[in-house]
Amino acid sequence: MYDFAYHKPATVADAAKILAADGDAKALAGGQTLIPTLKQRLAKPSAVVDLSAIKDLAGISVAGGKVTIGAMTRHGDVAASADVKKALPALAALADGIGDPQVRNRGTIGGSIANNDPAADYPAACLALGATIKTNAREIAADAFFLGMFETALKPGELIVSVSFPIPEKAAYVKFGQPASRYALVGVMVAKTATGARVAVTGAASAVFRWSDAEAALSKSWNAASLDGVKVSPDGLNSDIHAAADYRAHLVGVMAKRAVATAG
Amino acid sequence: MAKISLTVNGKKVSAEIEGRTLLVQVLREKLGMTGTHVGCDTSQCGACVVHVDGKSVKSCTMLAAQADGTAVTTIEGLANGNELHPMQAAFKEHHGLQCGFCTPGMVMSAIELAKRNSNPSEHDVREWLEGNICRCTGYHNIVKAVQAGAQAMAAAK
Repeated sequence: MYDFAYHKPATVADAAKILAADGDAKALAGGQTLIPTLKQRLAKPSAVVDLSAIKDLAGISVAGGKVTIGAMTRHGDVAASADVKKALPALAALADGIGDPQVRNRGTIGGSIANNDPAADYPAACLALGATIKTNAREIAADAFFLGMFETALKPGELIVSVSFPIPEKAAYVKFGQPASRYALVGVMVAKTATGARVAVTGAASAVFRWSDAEAALSKSWNAASLDGVKVSPDGLNSDIHAAADYRAHLVGVMAKRAVATAG
Repeated sequence: MAKISLTVNGKKVSAEIEGRTLLVQVLREKLGMTGTHVGCDTSQCGACVVHVDGKSVKSCTMLAAQADGTAVTTIEGLANGNELHPMQAAFKEHHGLQCGFCTPGMVMSAIELAKRNSNPSEHDVREWLEGNICRCTGYHNIVKAVQAGAQAMAAAK
């Protein structure tokens, strides 16, 4: 690992100031992606800004039909939260399936979303549930947040403060894990909301995306059978040694049906 | 160089570190506690699992600076003199190891499971050990050891 300056600011404003002044500085949340990346010398930040000392960035609240989760809340805390299990069990189940127990004890929702790994689980939840991502500068709709592979709408010096998920009528997330890494080869989150169905797909393409044909079919009739014959095109989907694009396209349909069946 | 202070196995210690120093490097190289192993160095194998403020973490995937002010428990902190911790005793009794390289991480990980679930099923144990890899593939006896260790921990309370 290359060396770097380590900062542990006490406020979001101080963290943002360091990050805005130095384009080569990196924010450190749970570190479960950043630290392995640094160890492989795939990144060479001048400074690492540890967000763990900032008060009020971690925590869960349920109010006004929304589940709001602080950016530094660990996956394990979301998975174990009685409030999340009651209000939005699909989100607790998703968090409980990220990585392994030790990753869940460190990894955070803000870190996962800001990183926007093409195979990460949380971005699918944000997109399918129509979450709002609150930063130190503004509120960003999930539909405008995930721009591409590891790319988000966050600007330099902009930090996620919390994520708000509107509570749907029903929702579920199902993934097919890559057999070795267990990252999602394909993961699909489905949600039935008052204004229609939403379907988000992770792992299959360069970034999470909404599957509009499936949304239209499920909005007409919320039933796994509604997806019979609804196919996603393999064009543009990931193709690698683990799975070819047409296999991933097939899995998208299978995972979507399973998710609808799980949601009930 | 910066200085961190933490509690390791109940003892207050401090160490001079760089920004990039990992927690596992402090444990092994600064404090000489080589019970915590580095297996893969890519955050996948779990040989380096220790407890930080009561939760199991991969000490190769945490900066030493992040551990400033925390309480760390390593495999060396489990036994009471010559008396093995119930989870260590269960690994010995059920032959839950072959070469033993992954064992410190397996034991540390298993203890957090046992604290959450005093009677885990085989499925519970296998799910929980997702982040611990045994290259001897001795999982069968590891699972038996973790189940027995969890029950022994509950009985010892």
